[in-house]
Amino acid sequence: MSKQHFGHRVHLLAACLVAAASWLPAAHAGNAAAGAAAWVEAHPQADGSATRSCASCHGEDLTQPGRHVKTGKHIEPLAPSVRPARLTDAAKVEKWLRRNCNWTLGRACTAAEKADFLAFIARQ
Amino acid sequence: MRTPLILAGSLTAALIALGAAELALGDNDHDDDHHERGADGRSGWVEPGEDVKPVANALYAEECGACHMAYQPGLLPSDAWQQIMRPPALADHYGDDASLSADRAENIAAYLAANAAEHAGKPRARAFAVGDAGADALPRITATRYFRNEHHEIPSRMVAGNPDVGSFSNCNACHQGAEAGVYNEHRVRIPGVGRWDD
Repeated sequence: MSKQHFGHRVHLLAACLVAAASWLPAAHAGNAAAGAAAWVEAHPQADGSATRSCASCHGEDLTQPGRHVKTGKHIEPLAPSVRPARLTDAAKVEKWLRRNCNWTLGRACTAAEKADFLAFIARQ
Repeated sequence: MRTPLILAGSLTAALIALGAAELALGDNDHDDDHHERGADGRSGWVEPGEDVKPVANALYAEECGACHMAYQPGLLPSDAWQQIMRPPALADHYGDDASLSADRAENIAAYLAANAAEHAGKPRARAFAVGDAGADALPRITATRYFRNEHHEIPSRMVAGNPDVGSFSNCNACHQGAEAGVYNEHRVRIPGVGRWDD
């Protein structure tokens, strides 16, 4: 791939990221590095169970399948490079961010946090 | 010499009748249901079919099956499903957040209620309609009397202490046919243990 082509791809990706974040209330473009750091941040649990992070179920390598830490259920990889349908259904993305922020962080994520997660996931 | 022959003949007839009765009861998973088995470990002459009706609702399969096996509606009575599907209960779903939009939750709740244990035609599913479903905040399939009777002999090291199983809620970890509604013990393979013959 030529440098010019590569540049186009990066621009396209950036455009996709902005589009992916645009349905969020704050229309935050998202910071992938912040999303990556938040991904593995361990959150203590009010009920005394083991600390949780996004990686508890989805793993640190998003191109690999995950496993629900509580139920053991197989989770298909989140990385769009492996499963192109990921992040294409806004309602589904919003639903899972709502549920998983509540369960993992113990609270709703802010629009900026969600955008950071999306920016991180979109690059995987 | 005629009497012993007649006796022997009657005995054979009685045994055949007993065999037929066992065949008819082949679906019932009594602790003593060891019929003849072939080399593959399955019954040599009767392969029991599904015990509960498989899931036939795409929305339920997608929404609930994303986190755990989509349990067949026949595994709990309708009042238990109704409790589980109330919006506040979904938001605290056995400690997890399973909140859903109202229209999706209503759609799924209607499917579960219509196909719940007491409406099921299958004997094993009907058994789940009997008795309590646990004294916890939410009913549990694993707390039903029928479930406990069927699993009380399994040591916890094979389930809670087994990283490939983790919990009795993980039906399909051991019941190879669970997702198709087949729960007879011939299809049980406990990870790291193998077949389970009780």
